[in-house]
Amino acid sequence: MIDFTSIEQMLKDTQESGLPLWENILLSDCRHQDIKREESLEKMESLLAAMEQTDAGYRAEDRSRSGLSGGDGGKMMEYAKGKTLCGEFISDVIAGALRTAECNACMKRIVAAPSAGSCGVLPAVLLAYKRHCGADRESLIHALYIASAIGAVIVSRASISGAEGGCQAEIGSAAAMSAAALVSLENGTPEQMAHACAMAVKNLMGLACDPVAGLVEVPCVKRNVIGAMDALSAAQMALAGIESRVPCDQVLDAMREVGQSLPPSLRETGRGGVAGTPFGVGVRTALKKRSES
Amino acid sequence: MNLFDILGPVMVGPSSSHTAGAVRIGRVARLILGSKPVEARFMLHGSFAMTGEGHGTKQALVAGLLGMRLDDEQIPESYRIAEEQGLRFSFGTCTIRDAHPNSVLVYARGEDGSEINIGAASLGGARIEVFQYGDIRTSFSAELPTLLITNHDAPGCVSLVTALLAREGINLATLELNRDGRGETALMVIECDNPVPERTVTALRAMPDILSAVYFLPSGIG
Repeated sequence: MIDFTSIEQMLKDTQESGLPLWENILLSDCRHQDIKREESLEKMESLLAAMEQTDAGYRAEDRSRSGLSGGDGGKMMEYAKGKTLCGEFISDVIAGALRTAECNACMKRIVAAPSAGSCGVLPAVLLAYKRHCGADRESLIHALYIASAIGAVIVSRASISGAEGGCQAEIGSAAAMSAAALVSLENGTPEQMAHACAMAVKNLMGLACDPVAGLVEVPCVKRNVIGAMDALSAAQMALAGIESRVPCDQVLDAMREVGQSLPPSLRETGRGGVAGTPFGVGVRTALKKRSES
Repeated sequence: MNLFDILGPVMVGPSSSHTAGAVRIGRVARLILGSKPVEARFMLHGSFAMTGEGHGTKQALVAGLLGMRLDDEQIPESYRIAEEQGLRFSFGTCTIRDAHPNSVLVYARGEDGSEINIGAASLGGARIEVFQYGDIRTSFSAELPTLLITNHDAPGCVSLVTALLAREGINLATLELNRDGRGETALMVIECDNPVPERTVTALRAMPDILSAVYFLPSGIG
């Protein structure tokens, strides 16, 4: 049974069990939570459905309360109607990340995955994959189990909270979860999923959490794009047989250490990074005035 | 570790601490009040006060008090709905010593005349902690079936309560006992492994020296 404290342990346990990784994850969690298999599957299906509903409910004309966010998903969708730099699939992923992240900023319904600020990453890759590569419902659900297990180990060894570990803990975690999910969809091996996770985390190591005016908008919405891109590239490298030299568990431990080394100004205090720029300070001041009036 | 702590909750954004957590706090207040709220005052502390505007924290608190769930798309409309439902509310700021940066003091009055004062914090990931119940400092997360029992601070009260729960086969996860400064009223916060039947809660209310008993399930919190 998996205890979700180590990727290595998870892989070893699964090899010994003879079960597919997603199934061992499901069974282990059911035993931990004392819930039935059907209940778990139903819940996962409802989360996938909620992600699809969020994406379907996007409107390019919506704006956030602060006025800082909205419309970029629409811009990307318009651009993608013509010839694009990155190609159809990637353009769809970028647009999807922007759409869901903007829905979050605009007080619409989203699925935290693992957090609200990073909610755009996983649906961007999963739903674009569904649209372009035709995954069936079951494969998507299996991929969600893989993603959640990666997230659980990250919680155990590092953090999924920007206040504790910076943006690498939110977007980085979402990217790691999504990278492993993509490998699963492509029928990669558990080892490849672990390598994808490791590479995704490494490639966003040290990412600061510097939200303008403390809001989950700038640069958070666009960071969901880099999370999705990171997931795609890490998954593809893993599928090509490229391996992380540093074992996954050690990468996660490093993530924790780097997160703790980030100064408070870069850990969701809205002080450092872009939050501390003249633009950022101006927005904070203006919103403070608005809330006092 | 629960996989559905990683994926989910389904919530209205933008922030699990400043929005979803705020809805949860409103819901707990509603459940503790036990009747339709007609008046409420929210005093925001710290980051809740400073960044609440862009996060819709105020809308979220009102929405929760109205009984909306975390993912109710009407949360941004809660002010209008409050007006329609006859809930008058106001906001202010305060400083609470040693409090979490996302804290709020909630006063609410129900249509049956009952009143509550609670203090709660939003810890992140939509998790909350109620740290004040009336005059009494406490700490509970509302993530388990929870009993909030106030009683005259007299010997034997706790054992009567726990004996009743034991007879009903209810296993206790945590039990916290606190008193107000004057040592006259005590608060028992009991988190249970299994749901508590309505008849048991009724029986608790009827016990000697018990002043009040509030019960809620985490699903009631959303």
